Amino acid sequence: MTSPRQALHLPGPLAWLVVAFIALTLGMPALRPVFAALFPYLDRPVYVQESFVSLVLAHLELVAVSSGAAVVVGVLAGIFVTRPAGAAFRGVLDTVVAMGQTFPPVAVLALAVPALGFGEPPALIALFLYGLLPVMQNTIVGLADVPEAAREAAAGLGMRRMQVLWQVELPLAAGVILAGIRTSVIINLGTAAIASTVGSKTLGSPIILGLSGGNTAYVLQGAILLGLLAVILDLGFARLARALPRRPS
Amino acid sequence: MLVVVACLVAATLGFVSYAPNRLLSGAAIGVVPAMRLAASPGPAAVFGVTGLVLLASPFLPRRAAWEWAVILAAGGCAAAVLWLAGSYAEGMAAEGPAVARTSLGAACWVLLACTLLLAGDAAARLRLGPAGTLLAAAAIAGPATAVIAAGAVDQLSLAKEYANQRDIFFDAVVRHGEIVVAALLPTVLAGIPLGVATHRRRALRSVLFPVLNIIQTIPSIALFGLLMAPLSGLADALPWLAGLGISGIGMAPAVVALVLYSLLPVVRNTVAGLAGVPAPVREAALGMGMTPGQVFWRIDAPLALPVLLSGVRITAVQAVGLAAVAALIGAGGLGAIMFRGLFANALDLVLLGAIPVILLAVLVDLLMRLLIALTTRRGA
Repeated sequence: MTSPRQALHLPGPLAWLVVAFIALTLGMPALRPVFAALFPYLDRPVYVQESFVSLVLAHLELVAVSSGAAVVVGVLAGIFVTRPAGAAFRGVLDTVVAMGQTFPPVAVLALAVPALGFGEPPALIALFLYGLLPVMQNTIVGLADVPEAAREAAAGLGMRRMQVLWQVELPLAAGVILAGIRTSVIINLGTAAIASTVGSKTLGSPIILGLSGGNTAYVLQGAILLGLLAVILDLGFARLARALPRRPS
Repeated sequence: MLVVVACLVAATLGFVSYAPNRLLSGAAIGVVPAMRLAASPGPAAVFGVTGLVLLASPFLPRRAAWEWAVILAAGGCAAAVLWLAGSYAEGMAAEGPAVARTSLGAACWVLLACTLLLAGDAAARLRLGPAGTLLAAAAIAGPATAVIAAGAVDQLSLAKEYANQRDIFFDAVVRHGEIVVAALLPTVLAGIPLGVATHRRRALRSVLFPVLNIIQTIPSIALFGLLMAPLSGLADALPWLAGLGISGIGMAPAVVALVLYSLLPVVRNTVAGLAGVPAPVREAALGMGMTPGQVFWRIDAPLALPVLLSGVRITAVQAVGLAAVAALIGAGGLGAIMFRGLFANALDLVLLGAIPVILLAVLVDLLMRLLIALTTRRGA
């Protein structure tokens, strides 16, 4: 349901989008005449406060750190509660995941500010916490869906528990876990942009500045890059999912 | 059974380890000093009693009656936490300067979260029907609501902020609701026929889903931004559109973006719901002499309804959050209060915007779940 299959058979879309994205990121100042023509009433038609390269890098760093931590913690937590030793925590975790995902990400981000102050830390922690939920959920679901027969067969072959986990359970659950990681990254990418309102430097910065200052060109520049980045990551994940070994079902 | 008991032990251990509590307000105040300084001993007593029940909850026998006791105790405990904070604020307000503000500290929020978690866990284990869910929700939220309504927390900074902003607040809530409803109606009206058409024509599916998928992928703030320029251009080119209130900022781009976002879950679940209708059932209906139209309305529609509604639930909860982001393009609503607080570094204002957004999302989620439960029961 998530992979636009026929689009991915072509070598093109993803590569072209990446090229377009890099070109736009580097060449935004060169587009000044275009934006000046589109918005003749603006004094400064191109965002120059920071370079778009630094915005993209800062944005990606924020997402990579928060989502990276969320993936590590989320997958470990998911593995833990599906082991006999951690089964006791499963119910609580399920409740947290179900309740937490009802909370809008923006509200979580806003609440991090009173708790942690302005700047990078609240954004990072809010993104981490929110990104954790889909990863945990899909890890639990993915591991729980591994057929009991596969597990028993592996044990019957003399595999130890860790071997069963690494060689049977995780490969079988990989597709579902990856889907959770994808959701987490895409949500964090969008929420990170809103984190400009709490003082982070991201691709949201030109958008927010443009919105508050009535500069539609700034908004457009930030929005185009942000939208492209999201589509690129999404297609990348779709490609990654296709590269996974097919689950026999 | 042992597993679940152990799971509650785990929850309770976490709960206790948070016990060195502080009610933070510039200088952090612990929960015990707060009890001593509180204006009345009432909240501390309630807190103690309900807290004991919650602490004992893992050792209680797993019977429905005890689960209900835990739910009630959690509701009472949450209320007591608020009441205690309010009472402390009252005590401080009586002694200290009038401008002094007491706000809820980290421990307060953690305590509230833990009580809700315990209650949610107990409720999950009860496997409640629609009526039971409503009752449990009332038991959890009722006492806290009563405490707030009774004015016991009026001296807390958040309540003072609310009192200052009362008119703006109500307008914002109404506006927020308007945005969500204005987006959901066209989504449902367009999404369901689109879903039915997609179900019948496979070719449509391979075009529509990738497009909707990409739209869902684009971050909300970027989509709002991308819609701004075309819509304002449209309004400039066609003045009568501007007369209808269409412009680059405000409600129009917000509603358009929300509809675009919301279509995917509705269409996808309509298709999934229709695909889930067992073929033998349809064949039997046709065999009984029903016309295709009758089969659709009497068989397909009722059987697909719960799945379809769960698509609407996802959409509605999502729309509540997106409507908050829409405040950035001037659509108003609770997000406006929230962002005003963020830009002005007024933390109580942030809370005043963000907490109702969360409550609204939870409420919408609960109501939709009830509706789904009701339709499923009838269909099954």
